[in-house]
Amino acid sequence: MSEQIKVKMRGENVCVHYGEKQALFDVNLDIGTNQVTSLIGPSGCGKSTFLRCLNRMNDTIDICRVTGDLTLDGQNIYDRAIDVVELRARVGMVFQKPNPFPKSIYENVAYGPRIHGLTRDKTEMDEVVENSLKRAGIWEEVKDRLDQPGTGLSGGQQQRLCIARAIATKPEVLLMDEPCSALDPIATAIIEELIDELRENFTIAIVTHSMQQAARVSQKTAFFHLGKLIEEGDTEEIFTNPQNKKTQDYITGRIG
Amino acid sequence: MSDASMTTQHALQGQAAERRRRARHAADTRLRLYGIGAITLAIGLLGILIFTIILGGHTAFTQTHVRVQFPLTAESYNAEEPARSNWRGVIDDAMAEIFPDAVEGGNLRTRTQILTNNTQFFVRDAVLAGDYEVGDTVTLEVPASDPYDQLNKGVIKRDTPEENRRLDNDEVAAFDSLVENGQVSRPFNWGLFFNADSRFPEIAGLSGAIVGSFYALMVCFLISFPVGIMAATYLEEFAPKNRLTDLIEVNINNLAAVPSIVFGLLGLAVFLQIFGLPRSAPLVGGMVLSLMTLPTIIIATRAALKAVPPSIREAALGVGASKHQVITHHVLPLALPGILTGTIIGLAQALGETAPLLLIGMNAFITSPPGGIFDASTALPTQIYIWADSPERGFVARTSAGILVLLGFLITMNAIAIFLRQRLERRW
Repeated sequence: MSEQIKVKMRGENVCVHYGEKQALFDVNLDIGTNQVTSLIGPSGCGKSTFLRCLNRMNDTIDICRVTGDLTLDGQNIYDRAIDVVELRARVGMVFQKPNPFPKSIYENVAYGPRIHGLTRDKTEMDEVVENSLKRAGIWEEVKDRLDQPGTGLSGGQQQRLCIARAIATKPEVLLMDEPCSALDPIATAIIEELIDELRENFTIAIVTHSMQQAARVSQKTAFFHLGKLIEEGDTEEIFTNPQNKKTQDYITGRIG
Repeated sequence: MSDASMTTQHALQGQAAERRRRARHAADTRLRLYGIGAITLAIGLLGILIFTIILGGHTAFTQTHVRVQFPLTAESYNAEEPARSNWRGVIDDAMAEIFPDAVEGGNLRTRTQILTNNTQFFVRDAVLAGDYEVGDTVTLEVPASDPYDQLNKGVIKRDTPEENRRLDNDEVAAFDSLVENGQVSRPFNWGLFFNADSRFPEIAGLSGAIVGSFYALMVCFLISFPVGIMAATYLEEFAPKNRLTDLIEVNINNLAAVPSIVFGLLGLAVFLQIFGLPRSAPLVGGMVLSLMTLPTIIIATRAALKAVPPSIREAALGVGASKHQVITHHVLPLALPGILTGTIIGLAQALGETAPLLLIGMNAFITSPPGGIFDASTALPTQIYIWADSPERGFVARTSAGILVLLGFLITMNAIAIFLRQRLERRW
């Protein structure tokens, strides 16, 4: 790392197999504290797979096997001593398709803090919900209808609700798996702005298909191709002066 | 594809194309007609079935009653100890008043048989419930016995030659005189629902069978619902995919296809012989039925669990819900409408099931509704079976009426299932 940025999460020699098929080959990548790191690359390059290793979402796939070291604040997250539920409370996730629970807007946000016992009473919970919705930039739109179902919102609003839900548990790291791919440009712009604001308090890793988005929101960029990490570095560096030919081909639109 | 084939235009006009189009349209029309034909046939047959059942059973929904004034004379009525009165004597006195010539003719006995055999108990209950003295009269609407009921309903026809008729001309004339006096009425037959079984069709009802079926279904539900949901949840959410679980899965599907009488034999051999549970009890009936309902509930529950979108599970896992929280907070509530629908359909099947109940003795002749799940009882389908086997004319109509009542319950249950599916199902 060029500047003095503390490493929040680190992957060393990460390999992932889906059954016989290897999806990731010896990936070494650091996620810096309070930075936005974007993972780019063509479809099927393993960027989402890597992201899902960071909060062990791959555990839910029976045939998936992860080797190598993945650490959060220096602690191996695949260690037996780590409770995966606590890990996911510390490393939140926003998914490609907005997926609010079919419950009220309030319940969507309150669910995480409630199951982790983060609040003592109703007033405190109300505060957490309000703050989370405010941080996610959707409070003004929903404050009068918190009891209505989250599924009744528009796509962009749903995604911001999902972000509010993810940050309600006050995670240290926020993983975003193509959070804007199902949204229109206006909703995308709102979310990108939001990502930039969230950086103050959270470490963010975002998978994106849009190179413009990576350039706009991230400080660091990692380029994946065919399961290998080809190049990583400061976003500006990667987009203006890529060292690897494949990276150059991809960002100029020749492969992908 | 080569460039040449891309640029060549297909001939969509001209005779050949026209022929192809017409053949295609004809094929579409034929397919639709086959479909309409099949549905018409199915609905038609169902209509014929229900029509014949209604035709046969509708008379059982009314019952001929005769209004009789019973005089309480000193000879028959014991005012000191009313319970020890000679009730048959009271009836004889009443009929003698209506038919004075019968006393001289010596056929008073025949006249008392116009009323149901249980009239003495109706009179006793009415008198004991009130405060009567010698010389009072008690007026009661008493069910007519089966032959007169059938005569009144036109099932026994007057133009049948006397020697082939169940009632001779004298008996018909006696009944007609009652009709002329306005003593005969034909109200709705509440007894069909509130009486238990009886040897006499005019007072036989379904209450024992309804209560028995209710208890059996309750036992069936209490066993198969929790066990079915837990089994399905384990198989769907926790079980590793290996040979053993594959085998279990195949066998659950096979279980759904096992003939019901086999479950009855199993119940007989295991529940009655080995465990020594009481014969004819709704408890055992419910246990046997739950064996049949289990596969239905398991299959329906698994389908409902599968239908919950993976994005909801991911969302819950993403905020750090544990496996059991994902299942109990999100997956099961979302699958509940499907589970309930499957359960109700399974229970509806169980309600109509006869064979297994026959084998564990739920086709006994029992004249009072069961007081609990351990009492001997019948169920609706077995009651229909018993009545279908009985020779009296009145049971013919009652068999059909029983079928209609059973169908009514089945339709209600299926309607509830449809309502739940429509109402509670969430869409994403």
